[in-house]
Amino acid sequence: MTFEYAPAPESTSVVKIKSEYGLFINGKFVPAKGGKTFTTINPATEERLTKVAFAAPSDVDKAVAAARTAYSKVWSKMPAAERGKYLFRIARILQERAREFAVLETMDNGKPIRETRDIDIPLAAAHFFYHAGWADKLEHAGVGSSPKPHGVVGQVIPWNFPLLMLSWKIAPALATGNTVVLKPAETTPLTALLFAEVCQQADLPAGVVNIVTGDGSTGSAIVNHPDIDKIAFTGSTAVGKGIARAIAGTKKSATLELGGKGANIVFEDAPIDETVEGIISGIFFNQGHVCCAGSRLLVQENIQDELLEKLKRRISQIRVGDPLDKNTDLGAINSAAQLAKIHELSQSGDLEGAERWSPQCDLPGKGFWFPPTIFTGVTQAHRIAQEEIFGPVLSVLTFRTPQEAIEKANNTPFGLSAGIWTDKGSRILWTAKHLKAGVIWANTFNKFDPASPFGGYKESGWGREGGRHGLAAYLKGNH
Amino acid sequence: MRIDVKKTYKLYIGGAFPRSESGRSYEITNSKGVFIANPAQASRKDLRDAVVAARSAFGGWSGATAFNRGQILYRAAEIMEGRSAQFVDEIVAIEGITPSAAKKQVQEAIDTWVWYSGWCDKIGSIYGSTNQVSGAFYNFTIPEPVGVVGAFAPQKSSLLGLVQTIAPIIAAGNTVVAIASQKLPLPAITLAEVLATSDLPGGVVNILTGITAELAPWMGSHMDVDAVDASGLTGAQDKELRIAGSENLKRVSTFKSELSPQRLLAFMEHKTVWHPIGL
Repeated sequence: MTFEYAPAPESTSVVKIKSEYGLFINGKFVPAKGGKTFTTINPATEERLTKVAFAAPSDVDKAVAAARTAYSKVWSKMPAAERGKYLFRIARILQERAREFAVLETMDNGKPIRETRDIDIPLAAAHFFYHAGWADKLEHAGVGSSPKPHGVVGQVIPWNFPLLMLSWKIAPALATGNTVVLKPAETTPLTALLFAEVCQQADLPAGVVNIVTGDGSTGSAIVNHPDIDKIAFTGSTAVGKGIARAIAGTKKSATLELGGKGANIVFEDAPIDETVEGIISGIFFNQGHVCCAGSRLLVQENIQDELLEKLKRRISQIRVGDPLDKNTDLGAINSAAQLAKIHELSQSGDLEGAERWSPQCDLPGKGFWFPPTIFTGVTQAHRIAQEEIFGPVLSVLTFRTPQEAIEKANNTPFGLSAGIWTDKGSRILWTAKHLKAGVIWANTFNKFDPASPFGGYKESGWGREGGRHGLAAYLKGNH
Repeated sequence: MRIDVKKTYKLYIGGAFPRSESGRSYEITNSKGVFIANPAQASRKDLRDAVVAARSAFGGWSGATAFNRGQILYRAAEIMEGRSAQFVDEIVAIEGITPSAAKKQVQEAIDTWVWYSGWCDKIGSIYGSTNQVSGAFYNFTIPEPVGVVGAFAPQKSSLLGLVQTIAPIIAAGNTVVAIASQKLPLPAITLAEVLATSDLPGGVVNILTGITAELAPWMGSHMDVDAVDASGLTGAQDKELRIAGSENLKRVSTFKSELSPQRLLAFMEHKTVWHPIGL
């Protein structure tokens, strides 16, 4: 007997989307040069939400100038404890307006309200609260006795966790005394612009945070701006390498959080039901739009059949559809372009001989959708074992010995995340030691916390975000 | 009258002392232009061989206990101490400084090994952490060696600069392909003789002599080099290396101080591990 779920939509009445948004420069919303705008849509319905200013390089100039003035005249002179209080204020206002942010994020991004409500927004607030407490303790950050901020930081963030990535960037930058010019992703600008209102409500001094919306050309203007001291970027490895080239020979330093192809390793003694849940959250959390997704399942050969049977049964229960429905597990793909990329890579899986499986599920007629999908019989040479799909698509490979698991897990230019499932403690620590990855989840997956450093080995990027290690990246040491 | 037996200065790769496979050498003179020696001029193939040796040695060296690594670095100091007079003579000859200044440089180099020896088993305690995450998880962060590091030693110092470059890289558990000062390369090869007799496994330290401008782009574009200490490069060489190094996102660093844990941390990656707490 099966129970049907009745629709349980979250009300959108808490959100008031304006007909147009300007750039947030020097504490005020201003139009872009020439009044240029672009539209942002709801990817679950393809409905137009609003139009947003499109920042030209001259607008970026203004934002950088505002950030520079705020840095030298106000923010760098303010006592650290007072600076911290602004971050506490921001954290509190985010908590007060959490539901509004959650609904707006779901509308602009397509991710389920369950995730924005329970993960994205609470974690964003927690990031500001955590870093607020650091502001007057920077001499304990591990970079020497008199750490200094870089100055003006340029930040470019992706569309997969719009407000959360904003908080990962802005909170440590402000806590350490830097000022910020941030560009949200082209498809998800709205919560960043709502955050600008939070800065106004918190009375944050004008110019400390500047938000410029636009596309890659706007991001490029930030990266190449001569008066920016540090770049922090989260996004694709290709763009990250371009940033590394662009800043070579300049005074700029950079933190880069790039792509991944995380191995989720299941040993024969793994607790099977918990493991199935961990695999699900590893690849289907946020539609798989997660750089640290457990997108390669490495299962010990002798338990593959049992595990796959249970996994398929569990995937069949995933509810795909209206992201605003409180029962939805898997929401919309963020954009038509991303959907096309997922289709293209999945088709390469078919062509290269892997076996595709998806449960029977009805996808909505409008919007961008992709069913939860697994490929079995994947070999290491397949594109779907090597390239980041950034969608709800799991590649399944097998291994016989722990050494083989390590070799396969590390056989990638990426090194962001990995998972380990086993009941044996010594095996967890042995496996963790040999994995070339910056974040390792043992008997869990896709957990995040402001106190926990996050970032990758190899081509997954430079530096860490979160924790003391992430904070240190925003400071110049004296030793 | 006795004729001196002069040393042939060769490369140090994988624990052996080969000539350059290219057969090339270049002339080294003292500050007055008097001929001293013809050290090997390393080729691209030599650099690649050195990277292979460093990669092969990485598993064993990074897997050794920190205590063991610390003892081996200290052993290098012990062996250097016994060879002080030879280093002083070589530095006087090549740098043209006084014997007392050369002696000071040798002593500082020996003390640098001792200082970094002590970091081997402390870097993780000081720069790792347990992280107080909000939830029933045990969460810790540890620094680990990044892998194979290419190192351009400072050009103006024949011995001390090289030791200050190499010691922290291997103290952190990395293996290294070090490029000696182009014009002052001879004490580097004598240092290799010290390392070859210090219980340091072959391939952990590889030392090449040659033309910096020639070697830098090859290091920058090598996809199995994880990080670079660019101290010995000019601004233009540094920029070019960083551009080539972007292809595998090499971690490229230069340093303000000679004795600093930052010199280890620049060549380490922080790994964070989560595990649930429960019954």
